[in-house]
Amino acid sequence: MNWWHRLIRRSEMEETLEKEMRFHLEQHMSALIARGIDPAEARRRARIALGGPEQVKEECRDARGTRWLEDFWQDFRYALRTLRQRPGFAAVALLTLALGTGATTVMFTVVNSVLLKPLPYREPDRLITLDEQTDKVTSSIWGNIWAFAYPNYLDCKRESRSLAMSAWRYNGSTVSVNREVEYVDGIETTYDLFSILGVTPFRGRTFLPEDDKPGAAPVIIISNGLWQRLYAGSPEAVGSSLTFDEKPYTVVGIMPAGFRLNEDEYDVFTPLGQDTSPSLQKRDMHPGIQVYARLQAGVTLVQAQTELSLIARHLAEQFPESNNGRNFRAQPLHADVGDVGSTLWLLLGAVSLVLLVACTNVASLLLARAVSRERELAMRVALGAGRGRLVRQCLTESAVLGLSGGAFGICLAAWGIRSFVGFWPGTLPRAAEVHIDWRVLLFALAVSLVSGILFGLAPALRAPFKNVEQTLRAGARTVTANSRLLHGAFVISEIAMAVVLLVSAGMLARTLLRLSALNPGVNVRNVLTTRVALSPATLSNPGAIRAAWPDILDRARSVPGVESVATVDTVPMRDGNNRIGYCTTPDVPPADKTPLALANSVTPDYLEVMGIPLLKGRFFDDHDRLGNELVVVIDDVLAELAFGKEEPVGKRLWLPGRDSPFSSGNNTADAVRVVGVVGHVRYWGLASDDQAQVRAQFYYPFAQVPDPLLHRWSELMSIAVRTSVPPLNLVQALRQQLRGAVGGVGGDQALYEIHTMEQLASDSLSRQRFLLLLFGIFAGLALVLACIGIYGVLAYLTGQRVPEIGIRIALGARPNSVMWLVLRQSLGMIVVGVAIGTAAALAAGRVLQQLVQGMQPIEISTFAITIPVLVFAALFASFVPARRASRVDPVIALRQD
Amino acid sequence: MQKSEVWVMNPKSDLPQGTLDLLILKVVALEPVHGYAIAQRLEQVSRHVVQVPQGSLYPALHRLENRGLLGADWKETETGREAKFYHLTGKGRAQLEAETASWERLTEAVALILKLSEGGAE
Repeated sequence: MNWWHRLIRRSEMEETLEKEMRFHLEQHMSALIARGIDPAEARRRARIALGGPEQVKEECRDARGTRWLEDFWQDFRYALRTLRQRPGFAAVALLTLALGTGATTVMFTVVNSVLLKPLPYREPDRLITLDEQTDKVTSSIWGNIWAFAYPNYLDCKRESRSLAMSAWRYNGSTVSVNREVEYVDGIETTYDLFSILGVTPFRGRTFLPEDDKPGAAPVIIISNGLWQRLYAGSPEAVGSSLTFDEKPYTVVGIMPAGFRLNEDEYDVFTPLGQDTSPSLQKRDMHPGIQVYARLQAGVTLVQAQTELSLIARHLAEQFPESNNGRNFRAQPLHADVGDVGSTLWLLLGAVSLVLLVACTNVASLLLARAVSRERELAMRVALGAGRGRLVRQCLTESAVLGLSGGAFGICLAAWGIRSFVGFWPGTLPRAAEVHIDWRVLLFALAVSLVSGILFGLAPALRAPFKNVEQTLRAGARTVTANSRLLHGAFVISEIAMAVVLLVSAGMLARTLLRLSALNPGVNVRNVLTTRVALSPATLSNPGAIRAAWPDILDRARSVPGVESVATVDTVPMRDGNNRIGYCTTPDVPPADKTPLALANSVTPDYLEVMGIPLLKGRFFDDHDRLGNELVVVIDDVLAELAFGKEEPVGKRLWLPGRDSPFSSGNNTADAVRVVGVVGHVRYWGLASDDQAQVRAQFYYPFAQVPDPLLHRWSELMSIAVRTSVPPLNLVQALRQQLRGAVGGVGGDQALYEIHTMEQLASDSLSRQRFLLLLFGIFAGLALVLACIGIYGVLAYLTGQRVPEIGIRIALGARPNSVMWLVLRQSLGMIVVGVAIGTAAALAAGRVLQQLVQGMQPIEISTFAITIPVLVFAALFASFVPARRASRVDPVIALRQD
Repeated sequence: MQKSEVWVMNPKSDLPQGTLDLLILKVVALEPVHGYAIAQRLEQVSRHVVQVPQGSLYPALHRLENRGLLGADWKETETGREAKFYHLTGKGRAQLEAETASWERLTEAVALILKLSEGGAE
């Protein structure tokens, strides 16, 4: 018989044991009788010889070695029975725990998938990313880190024995199939990127080495999403032709759904080796090449780094002009999830507080029950139960409760996780990877077990051992001071945690209110912004570009409902910016010492479109074009920073040649004339602008951008449209009007990234709004749970005091004073809880201020608003038991027990 | 026989640990036998020197069964009653041989020491 049989055939075992004992006794008896002893005496002697049958049986049970398991099984069934006996208690406890563990599990699932889980490639811990690194700091943004120069990459790849290397870079453009035009994000990649990541295509093939050479047949791989959009998932897509960037390509493969690089989804992949751009030939150009590599078998990161440094030294000797002081840096490849980490940990922290409140609640319910079961436990001790055995029994009960609550919680989490992810403002990085896996299950299991043991511990440890006899004699309704203290502690901690969550929610609400009321610096009503993709034919010719933009603006202006239109390269509160160094003297300091400002190239109508106030001087006009003096308009922040109290209009600024939009890369600084001052725009969004590193702004005329830069600038250009009607209604008309524009060149016009300024302003607060909503929910949950807890504890404590209250009333106490007696008790707990909670909330406020952008310091008024809410709710919860106490009938009360 | 000469065998006695197990294994090795008979045989064989309280016999039997040294079947006795008969398993036989050997080595060694000290006293 194995242990499993013993467990489930327990009664059978007991029967055979009993039978064996009986057989022994009867044998002994008949032996004695045969010797002539009379039956009664024989029975007596046989019994004495064997010893107490129950003890013998008990020892036999112990000897089986599976005793603990049998006990556990027994306790488990007992726990289920007691839970079934009080379905109300069981339902409240299970619901509370399910909500607590469910919410915590959801948060942990997201934290796990977004922050903890390795990248979804083969052996992700062997993947590394490479950068170039110079001795000196060369930029205040990037420090001494550079993207690879393509020739450097080729040399590293050829020389390296420790790394398998691949490279890729961004390459977005328009795609057209059957006259459907769409702007897509794409990359150019070496043929081996896919094999290094360990990704196989969904259909077709990836690139071959012979695809990855200049002059090879143009081939393209498309994303699963694009395949669905353009080909409706038809298997004939592979082998068909597709126009990308106005060049014909043959589709050779389709990537699996959800394939991402550096957290972005790309729609098209073309071989990098076919690209013959001059920027890829030069060792002193860094055209945005990303290098991903895999450590060869048995090689460590340190060994690879040593080898790379050696290669870098050889290259520096060979090409001192470009490579002197230049090393290559290898780092493990990690998911780039931006700044969501702090938000996620914050939410996990908040949700754990809710879980703690839930646990405390269940603990106080269990404790109340344990106190009323004190006599039962004392009886068990009197019958010989050991302390360990009783503690085990209590813990089994609470673990059963915790685990079943946890099981419900996991169901809740499985059901709620998708809606949570969908609810996330913007796109949650790695959202596709968010699902419940074994780590989450383990976590949920641990959480429910630990919480089960936590809330079971208090009742278990206070099982009666001393004074068993006293407990047995005492009435069931005597509450020891000890348990009253413990109950008080539970209520106090629940209130304290509710205060922390309420105050945090209050802080977030105030912050959100303040931020929404901020002036963004532009008039966000009725403004539409959209990027415009020019046709590649136009982009290749500066003259055509100069003709194209006025044509586009004229066509847009002709749409009914459009008031004014301007081009703008970086739209406020949208992703993307252009940071440029400036100085007030012609001597340009080193790059890391030059102050930075946000530069924006616009056409003269921009101020009117955006409704930015002109403070001094003038804005641009049609005379500000190539050949005339270079001019800029600065905002009041830059005016203050650069010129202090002096009059800025008419002064000059110098833009270092390395990043000036007016030069084509020589090393002298360009002098520009300040012709006007405009109001500051909250470029980084309502919440983040105050803390942004670079706040100063200046505008320069798009018409003064020199020919060599026009191509690059036009690729990134957007238009902003002020309308007299809701701007989104005009999107279709704009699309039609702009199709076929551009100075007779024709070609594909595609509008993409279409936003209204109102959307952008509102989205810039979405993180704060999301946090407020969740903290609001958590705080509400904690408040409700705390109130249930207070109600439960008071109802119980008051119930225990019924005889005492009866005596008081019999002696002439008035109902009001009896009510006060109960309320005073709860008020005491509330005051202490609020005091502790306030101290904790001050600390929590600090954390919030660190982690949430635009967060206001904690204010007295936040406490003044939130704490009365809690106190009233808590008093309301204690009112019911108090009222019940005041109506106690002394006659009935005194007869109890 | 004086009371002091009787070894009362229970877990707290001075008898080396495992002696009861060894004796039980030895008795069961002869033929499958039930608990009462084991008690009887132990008493007869040891001619009342070893008195096994019947209470500690059964836990020992169950422990040995649990360790796989003994097997058990329910069979009819000669008198037609059903009883639990214990028998030695292969593992039990090996254990018995090992234990017996080690017991003999121990008693020889003890006897040797006792003789030596007598010799020294002369």
